[in-house]
Amino acid sequence: MKHEHWLDDRNNVRKLWRGFLVVLALTVIAGTFVDLHPHFEIEAWFGFNAAYGFVACLAMIVGAKGLGRFLKRRDSYYVEDAKDE
Amino acid sequence: MSSLFIFHPALILIAGALLLPFLRGTARHVAVLAAPALALIALWLLPEGRLWQVQWLDYSLAPLAVDKLSRLFATIFLLMAGVGGLFALLQTSRLEIPAAFLYAGSAVGVTLAGDLVTVFLFWEFMAVGSTLVIWSAATPGAAAASRRYVAIHLAGGVILFAGIAGHIAATGDAGFHRLGTDSVATWLILIGFLINAGAPPLSAWLPDAYPEASWSGTVFLSAFTTKTAVYVLLRGFPGTEILIWVGIFMIFYGIVYALLENDMRRILAYSIVNQVGFMITGIGIGTEMALNGAAAHAFAHIIYKALLLMSAGAVLAATGRRKCSELGGLFHSMPITTLCGTIGALAISSFPFTSGFVAKSMVTQAAIDGHLQAVWLCLAAASAGVFLHAGIKFPWFVFFQKDSGLRPADPPASLRWAMIFFAFLCIALGVYPAPLYAMLPYEVNYEPYTAAHVVTQLQLLLFSGLAFFVMLDHLKRTPTITLDFDWLWRVAGPEAAKSCRLALAETRAGLGGIIASGKTGYCGWLARNRHPAGVLMRSWPTGSMALWVMVMLLAYLALYYIG
Repeated sequence: MKHEHWLDDRNNVRKLWRGFLVVLALTVIAGTFVDLHPHFEIEAWFGFNAAYGFVACLAMIVGAKGLGRFLKRRDSYYVEDAKDE
Repeated sequence: MSSLFIFHPALILIAGALLLPFLRGTARHVAVLAAPALALIALWLLPEGRLWQVQWLDYSLAPLAVDKLSRLFATIFLLMAGVGGLFALLQTSRLEIPAAFLYAGSAVGVTLAGDLVTVFLFWEFMAVGSTLVIWSAATPGAAAASRRYVAIHLAGGVILFAGIAGHIAATGDAGFHRLGTDSVATWLILIGFLINAGAPPLSAWLPDAYPEASWSGTVFLSAFTTKTAVYVLLRGFPGTEILIWVGIFMIFYGIVYALLENDMRRILAYSIVNQVGFMITGIGIGTEMALNGAAAHAFAHIIYKALLLMSAGAVLAATGRRKCSELGGLFHSMPITTLCGTIGALAISSFPFTSGFVAKSMVTQAAIDGHLQAVWLCLAAASAGVFLHAGIKFPWFVFFQKDSGLRPADPPASLRWAMIFFAFLCIALGVYPAPLYAMLPYEVNYEPYTAAHVVTQLQLLLFSGLAFFVMLDHLKRTPTITLDFDWLWRVAGPEAAKSCRLALAETRAGLGGIIASGKTGYCGWLARNRHPAGVLMRSWPTGSMALWVMVMLLAYLALYYIG
């Protein structure tokens, strides 16, 4: 099947994903070969930055979703308000 | 050097702004590009020192004063004005570029001001220029947003003026240098500055107003107001500890709101608050490394944020759409815009070999050097969060994700070249940061490219990228907005005023009723007693008079005998 762009081909996207996971693994492995000269104690843990980045992002997404439950409105919220007047 | 022969760069740009309305066609295009270029040349010809000195009342003012810090900020403002002007060349509104040049020129005026009076004057001109930029989009939404915007900034200006007047009255010194927070007046100045920085609780003016400007207007707006605030905080309040926590609040506020946002330019507007938060945290830490970091970050940020907003502006101009839920798949037909937007997104995320990596890391390094572990943990989480909300979310939802079926072409040459030039600068500063480091206010003892820094930064960023794709289902855009502080003055305030008005009207009606019935009663009583036939007014028969006289005489007789 001919695709408009190589990124439209699911196989290529799958290859990109695999490449991404390999790079992820490489960065963690590289951490063991490079002297990270940690400044704080927790920084010396294996793969600290990788885990911290991942967990912090999950926490921020969950936190944002939680806040969104209270504060989300339709995007016509203010527009309708203006029409009322 | 005689001050007569020195041109003030801000006045060159403002003169350009005043000249533009009289020009048409090629002459106008040339003037748009020449005014910032001439101002930039004039700036770099200036020596350091207090170049213009004026005695006004009892105060010595210095409307033109140059040091490394002011030259750095003035340079990036003028560069931004020039490249922004190139990007906006095809803008049909004839007001926008002159307004933007007045705005940019005033921002340059603030950075070159050696005294607080001049700072205040240019500060207010900036509010006027920026309001006109928003207003020139000529949509009802922009008109309403510009009214809210100018109200906040005039209020901020009043607070700033009160602070400056109090400070000058107390100290007799109008000079603009380190102020500290030891009096009410300097606190008012700090609050006035922070309002323009987008600090809580009035931060909502920024994401409310900026995305309402035209496709090119938002590019100008992103650069000047908040970064001028960063500049004055750098000069007036370095090392003020409360700024660390104000900055960290702004960082996470920006991330959380950007994650929930659907409008592509509002995502980037929240991300301005987030980025300015990093700079303000650096100013709060206050070491030479931190202040260098804040200044370098401001410089780099203006370039990549403008680049991101240019790519968003190009999309808006081509499609007329601004919501992520209606965009996607644009990489098919807009490869240059996609590439430039992605470079901006990588730079804002501080990827190695981009300008963000060499600039923002200095603030983090300062937190490490100061053994501020809590601050450092917040900054590291925030760096990951920046990649999440701006680094991936923006390009992903605008240029990739689902195919929206839209196939607009890349924008015309002037827009393309503006984007390409800033994309080039993002990479160039990242690969070769020496010229930027040489312009910073303090000597730089920092090597960004150590193996440890590159590896830890890549771990942090790539794993936050993984988190994005793992949680993609939860990040799908919905056609919603998230209530922000502006709800207070867009809904709660008007509602409160309306209910006050109703209550007042009811009280007045109630009181009126009581008064009216009282009046009727009194008048009735008056009429009953005093009309011609009333008890007091009617004529009495002579007989009754004689009767009463007799009664009185009898009473007198009776009392006489008793006595």
